[in-house]
Amino acid sequence: MFGWEFPPKILGGLAVASYGITKGLSLQGDVETTFCLPKPTGEEENFLKIIGMNQVPIVWRDVDYDYLKYRLPNYTSPEEYYSFRDHIYADFSYMHVNDLGCMEFAGGYPQNLHEEINNYSIIAGVIARSREFDIIHAHDWLTYPAGVHAKMVSGKPLCIHVHATDFDRSRGQVNPTVYSIEKNGMDHADCIMCVSELTRQTVINHYHQDPRKCVAMHNAVYPLSPELDAIPRVEHPKEKVVTFLGRITMQKGPEYFVEAAALVLKRTKNIRFVFAGSGDMYEAMVNLAAERGIADRFHFPGFQRGKQVYEAYKNSDVFVMPSVSEPFGIAPLEAMQCGTPSIISKQSGCGEILTNVIKVDYWDINAMADAIYSICTNPALFKYLQEEGKKEVDEITWEKVGLKHRAIYDELIRNYNK
Amino acid sequence: MKTICLYFEIHNIINLKRYRCFDIGRDHYYYDDYENERTINDVAERSYIPALTTLIEMAKSNNGAFKVALSASGVALEQLETYAPRVIELLHELNETGCVEFLCEPYSHGLSSLANEECFRDDVERMRVKVKQMFGKAPKVFRNSSLIYSNEIGAIIADMGFKGILTEGAKHVLGWKSAHYLYHCAYNQNLKVLLRDYKLSDDISLRFNNSEWNEYPLFADKYIGWIADMPQEEQVINIFMELSALGVAQPLSSNILEFLKALPICAKEKGITFSTPTEIVTKLKSVDAVDVPYPMSWTDEERDISSFLGNILQREAFDKLYSVAERVLLCQDRRIKQDWDYLQASNNFRFMTTKNTGMHIERGIYDSPFDAFTNYMNIVGDFIARVNAQFPEDVDSEELSSLLKMIANQNDEIAALNKELAALKKDAPAAKKEPAKRGRKKKEE
Repeated sequence: MFGWEFPPKILGGLAVASYGITKGLSLQGDVETTFCLPKPTGEEENFLKIIGMNQVPIVWRDVDYDYLKYRLPNYTSPEEYYSFRDHIYADFSYMHVNDLGCMEFAGGYPQNLHEEINNYSIIAGVIARSREFDIIHAHDWLTYPAGVHAKMVSGKPLCIHVHATDFDRSRGQVNPTVYSIEKNGMDHADCIMCVSELTRQTVINHYHQDPRKCVAMHNAVYPLSPELDAIPRVEHPKEKVVTFLGRITMQKGPEYFVEAAALVLKRTKNIRFVFAGSGDMYEAMVNLAAERGIADRFHFPGFQRGKQVYEAYKNSDVFVMPSVSEPFGIAPLEAMQCGTPSIISKQSGCGEILTNVIKVDYWDINAMADAIYSICTNPALFKYLQEEGKKEVDEITWEKVGLKHRAIYDELIRNYNK
Repeated sequence: MKTICLYFEIHNIINLKRYRCFDIGRDHYYYDDYENERTINDVAERSYIPALTTLIEMAKSNNGAFKVALSASGVALEQLETYAPRVIELLHELNETGCVEFLCEPYSHGLSSLANEECFRDDVERMRVKVKQMFGKAPKVFRNSSLIYSNEIGAIIADMGFKGILTEGAKHVLGWKSAHYLYHCAYNQNLKVLLRDYKLSDDISLRFNNSEWNEYPLFADKYIGWIADMPQEEQVINIFMELSALGVAQPLSSNILEFLKALPICAKEKGITFSTPTEIVTKLKSVDAVDVPYPMSWTDEERDISSFLGNILQREAFDKLYSVAERVLLCQDRRIKQDWDYLQASNNFRFMTTKNTGMHIERGIYDSPFDAFTNYMNIVGDFIARVNAQFPEDVDSEELSSLLKMIANQNDEIAALNKELAALKKDAPAAKKEPAKRGRKKKEE
């Protein structure tokens, strides 16, 4: 598998999904997963084999065993290094490499992202030549070139996983470079897994893919760890708390949240709104709240990480995700795990597998305001969504997603080259 | 001799409009007139008019051998009067043939039988008056909204002077017993209970046009054959359905009306008659009491009230609405009374069901049960505020009722006291102070 993010380093939904899928597969017992990451931290869980792209040589260097032992992290053995070194396929000595003949990665999403994507794909060629595998699985567009490269080298089937498309990120104003990478990856793929039917339709209609090779593969959630489960829920008998949690950016529709809040506050004063997250529209949203005269009811606690996220969920009476276009959106599932009723936009992929949430169009601020008001004022609705929502989300597990993956893999291998 | 009791229900919901929380306190009109007009005209054209025309024809051509029972909820009649008067004309025409019996049901098609006895009685009484007024005969047989029935409801209905009641022949109530006999209410043996044969009823209303059904296509001779083949002792076959089954649920193109027309002819050949519910309850003797401790209805597989009050949302909405029942009965405001009828309709609760029935649930304008709940609760919120504005909230209903009675009677009482005063004046001029004071106090209250 090729991926860009993996826990414990979480930047967005991609890491969580990558983890869930590999974990779900590992539970089947007979699936061996190798996960290629640009820059592992060394603290990843060990149910799968991690390969750090920054430890794979692309230029031949004569290094002795003991030096390697000292230089390499403990999840990469010197033998593996030598095996990779034996499969260097071209002269990359013009490139910037370190003393082991490896390239450095900044990790995350740096300025020279396109260069890193290219480097990642070069290294993928080395890995594809040196290791045995049955299937290639590439997560998100950053690793599509690597996947395509590995397929060319090994002749094994390629499965790509569309966690988001550029149409989602840009409200239609696509970046041509990104689009071309995505399109190329999809054209070469033997199977395209999309995180929702919504994404599947985008892939079919905007990337002109054969519907037969596109499947909807919904994400799932992990049960809350005992530590997170133990965070107490905060009751608000007087003032209800409504939360938005996510990047404050165009894709997530933050302005609709503010407009809906303004409408609710015209009706009642006993609701507070929490706007957790950061992003390029942060300032605009603070200004908008002030313009609507509701800044006194609005709180901007900034970016939440780790445990804080769950504390925020458990401290809310309503969670709102008004995304303009959300391929899947794991956040409402997490909120439901914490017992918080969710309102999501109909343009969110997770809505396809959830029934105990309120779905509104992202632009329909009247309906959104009405739903917020209704949950805050009708304890019966709150209780129903809380209880039934929790029951429902507990049934959505990565184990089941892993089994679905397995079935597709099996079929892919069976039918490949026939 | 076997007899068939054929009964059709006419009910149409008053559609609520999209009512946001911002409208609470500002907008007191809750209905979607356009949708009401459209739906009622649609049903009238596709179903009521052709079906009633057929029934009239059947009544005329069978020389009194064909009998049918009908009932319409008060709210449906109001709508028909406004938007589709042709249907009312046909009802009158059918009435004139003398082959039809009109039954009574709650005016609002609501669930008051499960909430508040006084309110229920009022609901039924108004319908009884309306039926009498329209069709000239006071109804003797009652059917509750969605055929909801329990021992308590039976006792109330018996107490109101009805001779019979229609309900579902639910398996879980009957057990080994057959629905093809006449029973009586467990709490009052004067009230006869007619039980619906759900198999034969659903054969027409649900399955008639279903080509995957193994009895498809169904013809009248086959259908009557089933009835004729039943044991000789089983005498009453109750076939109850909504009138809209003829034309809406089963399209006219399935020739369902031709099927209906053929029924009396085939029945005659086999010696099977048609009877109205009143004929059955007066002619036949009941074989046993039917004990229904928990309410049952004709909806869904469970045949209980879970499709109306199955989840906490529905129960919350129900409790909120009926929390003001007593106040609504006391108030005189006509608009409040009218809204009360429209809001009670059981369909409003059915929209909120979260039961997985495996079948498509018609939800009207709502896309989810939560949406239906939110909209309904917004309206009920406004309605309750209006009801509460009628009378001070801190006076409890009983006290209020006695005060209102006092106000209503104050003139009589003052006149009586004045008389007394005059009489006393004659006898002893010194005693006039006290009664005068009492009279003034009453007025202040």
